[in-house]
Amino acid sequence: MYDATSDTDEDFLDGEGGLSQDRRAELGLGALVCGVVVVLLAMLAFILKEAWPSFAHNGLRWFGPGGNVDDQIQAIFTSGDFDRAPQYLIRAWPLIWSTLLTTAGAVVISFVCSLFVSVFMVEFAPTWLKRVLEPVVRLLASVPSVIYGLIGVLVLVPFIGNHLITQHEKASVTPVIQLSGYSLLAGVVILTVMISPVMIAIFAEGLRSVPRGWLEGSLALGVNSWRTFWKIAVRTARPALIAGTVLATARALGEAVMLSMVSGSVGFAPNPADGLIFFFEPSRGLAATILHNTDELNSPPMKHTLFAIAAVLLFSAALLSLAGWAAKQPMKRYFNVGGAAG
Amino acid sequence: MSSTAITPPQPPAASPERRSAADASASWRLVDRLGLAAAWLLGLLFCAITAAIVIFLAVQGLRYLSPSLIWTNPRVGYTQGATGGFLDPLIGTVLVAAIAIAIAGPVGVGVAVWLSEYGRPVALARVVESTVEMLAGAPSVVLALFGILLFQAPALGFLSEVNAGVVFGKSFFAAGAMLSLVALPLVTASVREGLQAIPNHVREASYAVGKTRIATIRRVLLPAARPSVITGNMLGIGHVIGDTAIIVLLLGDTQVLQGVGHIPFLSTLRGTGSTLTSYIFDNAPTGDLNQPNKAYAAAFVLLLIILALNVVVDVFGRRSGELRWS
Repeated sequence: MYDATSDTDEDFLDGEGGLSQDRRAELGLGALVCGVVVVLLAMLAFILKEAWPSFAHNGLRWFGPGGNVDDQIQAIFTSGDFDRAPQYLIRAWPLIWSTLLTTAGAVVISFVCSLFVSVFMVEFAPTWLKRVLEPVVRLLASVPSVIYGLIGVLVLVPFIGNHLITQHEKASVTPVIQLSGYSLLAGVVILTVMISPVMIAIFAEGLRSVPRGWLEGSLALGVNSWRTFWKIAVRTARPALIAGTVLATARALGEAVMLSMVSGSVGFAPNPADGLIFFFEPSRGLAATILHNTDELNSPPMKHTLFAIAAVLLFSAALLSLAGWAAKQPMKRYFNVGGAAG
Repeated sequence: MSSTAITPPQPPAASPERRSAADASASWRLVDRLGLAAAWLLGLLFCAITAAIVIFLAVQGLRYLSPSLIWTNPRVGYTQGATGGFLDPLIGTVLVAAIAIAIAGPVGVGVAVWLSEYGRPVALARVVESTVEMLAGAPSVVLALFGILLFQAPALGFLSEVNAGVVFGKSFFAAGAMLSLVALPLVTASVREGLQAIPNHVREASYAVGKTRIATIRRVLLPAARPSVITGNMLGIGHVIGDTAIIVLLLGDTQVLQGVGHIPFLSTLRGTGSTLTSYIFDNAPTGDLNQPNKAYAAAFVLLLIILALNVVVDVFGRRSGELRWS
């Protein structure tokens, strides 16, 4: 690694010249780092500035329900024409509700499954399977979302549309919406498959770093292997569980492409009171709405509305990482013990 | 570990569950047995789903993929036979990845070095850490919207097409620059981890022979952390290649590469085009073109590229594990 022949005079402290070079390097790197911070701050500032008109016109009711959100967006877009008063009325609850449902559904299912799968992968699987699973999880975590979307739209959506929804159910809601398989269920299922590998990878890393001696101590006391792992390893790895969940939730929250492909792209709020049909109802989340309406950015009111949606997403993502950080604080002392011993 | 004089001969690290699972858990409580059963069930289910996805994509991909698809340009047409292949999206993917990593690589390494080796003032270091974390958590649609705002600024018109004073704002430059923000947190995290794994006595040894700090970083630390640098860059490229939202919003959504201006290579970079992800997005039944067979073939090629990147990460990850300091 170290090549002695490449030494040059500047590498050594030779009085003032050497010192100033070192100082220059530190300042240069510092400037670079500040540049990155400035880019992020500029992004926050510009997005908030562009989003402001939409929030200012709607107030807190921006987040509330009321009317058909697709009609409102259409009205906002057409009001961008020459001599018409710009229109900003939007009640974005259906979009927010859709994002909440898909994200929460996928994260909850995925958390439970990923916990068991990662325990299986780290401790209970046969050795050959462990060796196979590890790279496979990493591969799945890096499969682009558009590929998951493609599989969803060509396999899962037709399956739901043709086999799970009955003709009677389709006929019962025809005046309001169309049940064609593009549904909440498809979105949640594909999103679960998509974020699980992210969770599993981080959970497994946390579980693996639990000191072996702690587990052996418990086993030596006669506690069986499942209880030992569940009570000691899983508990010690809680910071990793939080980190994995936060990362996966952030990915689910910002997912636009896959959800716009499988969840129907209709600004409709699925209603739990509808019974079983609830799962088959189409919807469209916040991120998917931005993607869906990008061609309409040249209309100024539309632009402000889309940036308002972006601001909400960005704010939620920031809040999420803050929540993860706060949840990890009380566990720091445990984690330090584990980190030092492992 | 302990200071006992008599140590029994160590068994070769056999864990207690080596016996057959049914036999071992026969005396357990019901809850524990259910838990173990759930772990096996879900673990095997995960394997089954994974295998299903990979096999399905491989079968569909091999069915529709032909070498001619890779060598022909996309064309406008109504049937699957008339629309050509995906040479342009493939080139677009390479271009976008190259631009993004050309920015994110050096910047990411710089940020990681500063965080790990300098990190003063402490307040700034905390701010930088949060910045990187926030970038990692920012949805890519949001980054794309910011990109549109940024690159439609008149001052940056030279990076895309300018038509009668209106800046189009969509080009390979724009998409690559925004995608570098996607790759930046990954590069930074990986390099930082690699630098922190190098024990302090290595740095002290370098200072002891009179090397300056920056010389230590350049000649000792970064070469030692090279596997992490490569891993981080490959992870970054993987995410850049897989991103769709930024491409759809910032690359102009033309199937073929449409250059702007007359300078050969630069005109392509200033122009619009497509990548494999946007090609798949457009060719899915929900997209504008709706040619599922082409989408399957492109998805298979994309998966192969991702697989190759993963293999590289694995190889270098193993190499960084081999390097032992004490």
